[in-house]
Amino acid sequence: MAAFGTAAGRPLQGRDGAAGFRFTVYAALAVVIMYLDQRQHYLERLRYVLQAAAYPVQLAVNSPPAAWSSIRRSFEGRDQLQAENASLKARQRDLELRSMRYEDLARENAELRGLRAALPPVADRWLPAEIVNVQLSSLRQRLLIDRGAVNGVFKGQAVLDDRGLIGQTTNVGPWSAEVILITDPEHGTPVRIERTGLRTIAVGAGDATSLALPYLPANADIKQGDLLVTSGLGGVFPHGYPVARVTEVHREAVQPLAQVRAAPLAHIGTDSEVVLVWFRPDHPAAPAPQAASVNGVKVGNAALQPQAAPPRPTAAPAPAMPKPAPEAARTPPRTGPAPRPKPATEPAPEAEATSPAEGPPPAVESPESKPRDPAEPQPETQPPKGNR
Amino acid sequence: MNAFGRGRMLLSVIFGLVLTVFPLPAWLDVLRPAFVVLVVLYWSVNAPRLGGIALGFFSGFALDVFQGPVLGQHALALSLVAYIAVREAQRIRTKPALQQALVVFGALAVYEFAVFAIDGWSGHPVTSPLRWVHTVTGALIWPPVAAILGYRSRARI
Repeated sequence: MAAFGTAAGRPLQGRDGAAGFRFTVYAALAVVIMYLDQRQHYLERLRYVLQAAAYPVQLAVNSPPAAWSSIRRSFEGRDQLQAENASLKARQRDLELRSMRYEDLARENAELRGLRAALPPVADRWLPAEIVNVQLSSLRQRLLIDRGAVNGVFKGQAVLDDRGLIGQTTNVGPWSAEVILITDPEHGTPVRIERTGLRTIAVGAGDATSLALPYLPANADIKQGDLLVTSGLGGVFPHGYPVARVTEVHREAVQPLAQVRAAPLAHIGTDSEVVLVWFRPDHPAAPAPQAASVNGVKVGNAALQPQAAPPRPTAAPAPAMPKPAPEAARTPPRTGPAPRPKPATEPAPEAEATSPAEGPPPAVESPESKPRDPAEPQPETQPPKGNR
Repeated sequence: MNAFGRGRMLLSVIFGLVLTVFPLPAWLDVLRPAFVVLVVLYWSVNAPRLGGIALGFFSGFALDVFQGPVLGQHALALSLVAYIAVREAQRIRTKPALQQALVVFGALAVYEFAVFAIDGWSGHPVTSPLRWVHTVTGALIWPPVAAILGYRSRARI
């Protein structure tokens, strides 16, 4: 550079200095922005505005592919449509047959559990959303959907398709929201192996067709074909939604951990529509309701504090969700003091957004706290290591 | 002339942004060059006074809005690249296209490393080696990009 300066003469040198100064200023500005955004979360407001500003561009960028696919659809043959219609009808009949006995079973289940009334389904409200833009790189697996705060979408909301879990919302703008997929290397999904009840975390592997389960000991009871469902821990996804199916299990004598891969059930690469779901906050199967807006830090601390030991163990294990309610129902005779008040008050409709967050979730949290806390704060924090 | 140059600059950055955001299938996405970086490099080298570091910063910020895990990440990386390019503008400009492509490869590596480092500091460590692929494709596509951006304007700016 020195040589360059001398060769080119003074004006350039002057410009050089100016460039260095300007670079310092801009770099400092960028660092400050990063700090505010990452560590302090001061820029939520700005992000909201920027997301709104970016949305038209994203819409425009996506319009050629969207137009192409709509053209193709409009030229689909008549018999093709008829075939599709027939298969849809068959599927609908299947589903209806399957759900025919649902209410009966729900009532029976409630009786068995000693509940006074059958529980309504945990999903309260659905909103289909169209996918506007897709990023499926090895670094970021994100979707942009055409619903935002205007439609009541909030940060950390569960997103499903008709087969299983897809992800959760991260940045919400007024008319659009960014969804981080369960296959994003930064996303960890708290799951349970349905066959055994074993809980673990499924981490995205950076491609749309696989998840990794990096935290299972080599002797864990898991085999190919096992279904993974959400465990209800982590505060975002409710209990019991299908996530993935185990595709390969590698055990090596020298490795303390098994290497397990699973394929997501949702058609992540090919969906054109997803469903946003609102869950009843007071439902036993609902995600431990730590309000997404409450910053992760506070919740995490609460979880680490070992205050109310006794209630925890009962409520903690994943299937626990059903428990608080039965307890409330059947315990009145037995004992009044500690655990009861909580379940009793929390269902009360009042301050579902915030206050229940303090009440039950730590209880559910704490036993799990080690493996969980990486996954529980929103997508920003991820399990210790990115991918495998 | 300045206004003309500015308009051209802005347009090319926007176009680069669109190309960056445009949805592509995953395997193509790995190969996708960082168009915005190429554009910023071009203008930093060929019109250091007009664009330069401010251009790098703001187009980086725009990139952050679309795909940054942290606001300011690409802004910082791109200001760095722009700064280097502005300093070395004279030398780079006089080189033949192939050697320029080599320099561009270096600049893209610096950029990707900056992004990578910030990823690590901010708690998004993604260590897939695929993230480096675009430095090569970016260098390969540099000659045509430079030719397009410089079309009929090289003499004037």
